[in-house]
Amino acid sequence: MAGKRYSRRDFIKLASVATLSGLGLSGISCKKADLEEFLQTHYLEMTEEDKKRTIARLEEKYLKKYGKQFTISTKGAKPGTLWAYGLDLSRCIGCRRCVYGCVKENNNSRYNPQLQWIRVIRLPEGSLINLENAEHYYNPSQVPEPGYVYMPVQCQHCENPPCVKVCPVRATWKEPDGLVVVDYNWCIGCRYCIAACPYKGRVFNWAEPNIPTEELNTAVHYLGNRPRYKNVVDKCTFCVQRVRNGRYPACVEACPTGTRKFGNLLDPDSEIRYLLDHKRVFRLKEDLNTEPKFYYFFGL
Amino acid sequence: MRRIAFVMVLIGLFAFCWYEQGKAKQEDFPVPRPPFSEGIFPCSNCHAGMEVNIKRRELKEEHTNIKLKHGSISRWCLDCHDAANRDMLRLVNGDQIDFSHSYELCGQCHGPTYRDWKVGVHGKRVGYFDGGQRTYFLCVNCHNPHDPKFKPIKPEPPPFKPLYRYDPTAKTGQAGQTGKQ
Repeated sequence: MAGKRYSRRDFIKLASVATLSGLGLSGISCKKADLEEFLQTHYLEMTEEDKKRTIARLEEKYLKKYGKQFTISTKGAKPGTLWAYGLDLSRCIGCRRCVYGCVKENNNSRYNPQLQWIRVIRLPEGSLINLENAEHYYNPSQVPEPGYVYMPVQCQHCENPPCVKVCPVRATWKEPDGLVVVDYNWCIGCRYCIAACPYKGRVFNWAEPNIPTEELNTAVHYLGNRPRYKNVVDKCTFCVQRVRNGRYPACVEACPTGTRKFGNLLDPDSEIRYLLDHKRVFRLKEDLNTEPKFYYFFGL
Repeated sequence: MRRIAFVMVLIGLFAFCWYEQGKAKQEDFPVPRPPFSEGIFPCSNCHAGMEVNIKRRELKEEHTNIKLKHGSISRWCLDCHDAANRDMLRLVNGDQIDFSHSYELCGQCHGPTYRDWKVGVHGKRVGYFDGGQRTYFLCVNCHNPHDPKFKPIKPEPPPFKPLYRYDPTAKTGQAGQTGKQ
């Protein structure tokens, strides 16, 4: 061995043999669908043709995995829409109906890991801005409790989203209608976005999601509530699968007190514009310059 | 002369249609069926043959479950329920309105709330805000008109604490609930 030098030609020979055998092996262990998935391009770079192929592959994969036929939408943003949310702090009673309505609609993992996109925090009355007093494990027999106010927090769909800035692979971005979304097939699971979000709006699939088959929601959107994988980040999308079809998000419909409002910021007749014009409104952690499109207001 | 009269009549008709349409637009909302107690409606089933007693009194035989906690000092049944037609409600001005229009009745006193409800900032709406059916919940879908304060309810369970979130023995969403709080 000593003194023997490999020529460039030898090296190339060896290397190509190794590569070929490697490819051959992976060809045996890997199915065509897996390879396609591996080679899938970024959602924003897909042509309509690519999208169709991807959707067909994903639907087949979900059918095999969950035994149910999914309909995956790739509906784009409607021109002239900018979605925003209003939440009436004087009405929220902290009952967490929204949390579970969201989990069910969006095919979130129920346990191991339990992933929820809405966190309802409880604050002592009169200290709304001291978030260090917040508690989200409260569990009384009845709500509202005297002396406390409740404040649901979820993705605020910032106009200037810090989570998007830090993503090293651009797996998350802001859609033209203002929704911050994730391509679960592009996410590498580095969780930079979780660290960057000042609202704790993102969660991570530490393990393969556990979703009861009978509770699966099969009307899904590619960027929204389709079942996720292990090792990807997911978050509230304002129910992209619903709002792009003109339907209220699931949390709006789950709320028993009518606390939650939703609408198009660019439509002067929308509910959200009315409350911006007529109510006392604030945005959470406004000083961070994230420009959230989630408005807390006081209806009373 | 005849032509002028004809034109006047036409204009009148148009104006009437316009007015009617405007009125309908302003007052009709897509609301669900009012949440009647089971078997209680139509009220005329029982009330049709009864004599109307307009004297304010405590009801001892029927409707004893109704404890009025809604301005009870100044109000009683027939302020809102029409005495002549029990299947209708009654506005202060004497107009009869259907139970599905009860928001007009509530709006007589709760003006700002009614205004907010009409634009969707008070109350709850479900369904499609664009390209489909939308339902506006009635005031009485959430507030019992005889006792309107929203009652406390049991909250859904809190999230698991991180310690229990990955409990490998957990089989259901209830895991971790028995753990330390």
